[in-house]
Amino acid sequence: MRNTEDFPRFRVCGETALSVELGEGIDLQVNRRVHALYRTLHQRTISGVLSLNPTYRSVFIQYDPTVCSFERLMAVVQDALCGLDDLSETSEAVLHVPVCYGGDLGPDLTEVAAYHGLTEEEVIRRHAASTYHVYMIGFTPGFPYLGGLDPTLFTPRKTTPRPKVPAGSVGIAEQQTGIYPIESPGGWQLIGRTPLKLFDLHRDPPFLLDPGMKVRFHPISREEYENLAD
Amino acid sequence: MKTLRIEEPGPLTTVQDAGRFGFQDRGVPVSGAMDRAALELGNQLLGNDPGAAAVEIFSGGFRARFLAEVSFAVTGYDPQVELNGFSVPPWTLHAARPGDVISIDAGGLGVWHYLCLSGGIDVPVVLGSRSTYLRGRFGGLEGRALRRGDVLKTGPKVVDNLSGHIPEGFRPAYVPQPAVQVVLGPQTEAFPPEAFDAFLGAPYEVTHRSDRMGMMLDGPRIRHCRTPDIVSEGLAFGAIQVPGEGLPFVLLADRPTTGGYAKIATVLSCDLPLLVQTAPGRSVRFHAIDLLSAREIHLKRAYKIRRFFHLLRQGGSKTHDD
Repeated sequence: MRNTEDFPRFRVCGETALSVELGEGIDLQVNRRVHALYRTLHQRTISGVLSLNPTYRSVFIQYDPTVCSFERLMAVVQDALCGLDDLSETSEAVLHVPVCYGGDLGPDLTEVAAYHGLTEEEVIRRHAASTYHVYMIGFTPGFPYLGGLDPTLFTPRKTTPRPKVPAGSVGIAEQQTGIYPIESPGGWQLIGRTPLKLFDLHRDPPFLLDPGMKVRFHPISREEYENLAD
Repeated sequence: MKTLRIEEPGPLTTVQDAGRFGFQDRGVPVSGAMDRAALELGNQLLGNDPGAAAVEIFSGGFRARFLAEVSFAVTGYDPQVELNGFSVPPWTLHAARPGDVISIDAGGLGVWHYLCLSGGIDVPVVLGSRSTYLRGRFGGLEGRALRRGDVLKTGPKVVDNLSGHIPEGFRPAYVPQPAVQVVLGPQTEAFPPEAFDAFLGAPYEVTHRSDRMGMMLDGPRIRHCRTPDIVSEGLAFGAIQVPGEGLPFVLLADRPTTGGYAKIATVLSCDLPLLVQTAPGRSVRFHAIDLLSAREIHLKRAYKIRRFFHLLRQGGSKTHDD
């Protein structure tokens, strides 16, 4: 076991970026601290900081070294960590995501069910039974990496990624599930599709999810999907 | 003001500014100019904000017609610029009149060229930036590469010099096969000592599998201690990740916000222009320095540029006539 004094670990990413690691691996408590640190730094608006990005176990900071030094950033981060709020206060807002599972909207549902020796209905039931935690948003605009998948649904990525995954696709990769907000290449097992637009520039706000939020999936019929997609 | 009509866009021409910072927490890539120094110097010569939007031209083949009186500057590594068929120097402020035709070609050395216009390109600001993000289909002009017939507008003219030139000593120190400085890490522990010997000991060739997202290099394979995989984390412009097959991949302007491969080093931001301007088939070498030296180089360069423009402005600033 690593000593907790190993953290925070300040990783130098060239002279214009820094990664502040708060723990090992993918862990809910570590991730909650990451989001709490991110929110605290976000509120302080530190001059010279260009961008803050909370990921699984670290906050990634891009900065302008002519305005803010590495040492000053370290000091600000340490200070923020000392004053972190009670972690139970993390955002518990839930986004409810309607999903039409299977068929041409979820072309890998059959394969996922077969892989686990389950019926398609059982995969759907288990996928829609959990409350998921948004560990981070990355890859493409609005793509949430969701933790909390039922371990009986852990499924490897597809051996050959698809060059085009349609927007709204809901997928599984190992212990994660996620939603493709825009059309992009992708190797996740696609089990359904949501008519919800996680990222829409014509809407204010354009993003439906914040890092640290919760997500629940609700099965809908093809007809309901078509109605909602209009 | 309608300023420029595209007649031949070339293979990939987009509107780019200094980048879309601030939405990386939502997975939005930074994008922006591949050669930030060329963009910023061109803009400063015109008196624009250094990060104003300009036309980024990949490997030449570009021709456009001016629709209004405007001053412009072309920057990049060895761009061949013609105004109405006559060669004009890059890194120099010029005045164009309505009807003038500008063409920009690659001289065989560099890759990315910038046409900066007084007032900056005026396209809608999307999430704080005018940069085009092609995969997301937003930013720039309708989220896409420029096409024949597109008309670009510019913002209000700015107060600037009527003449000006950026001497070579103030441009990035472009060479065909550069030595690029890096700061090692952030995952130094993921690689054994011989990995660093391989990475720093021999040149790497820039392959054709290179675009605005990243540059795939070919050369000595880099071994990992155990696994190439890390818990996904943020990616800097110039981060050098090493996937399983051991060949370095440098993340550039359109990089995703997060990645799950170990990174052996990060290119110094002042040396990124040298790297991105290296044409496929040519080689780069990496040279490791520590953070303190990296910062010193960064600050010295920033002050040198500031001083240059301070003196240039003092030399004779005038207001543009419309």
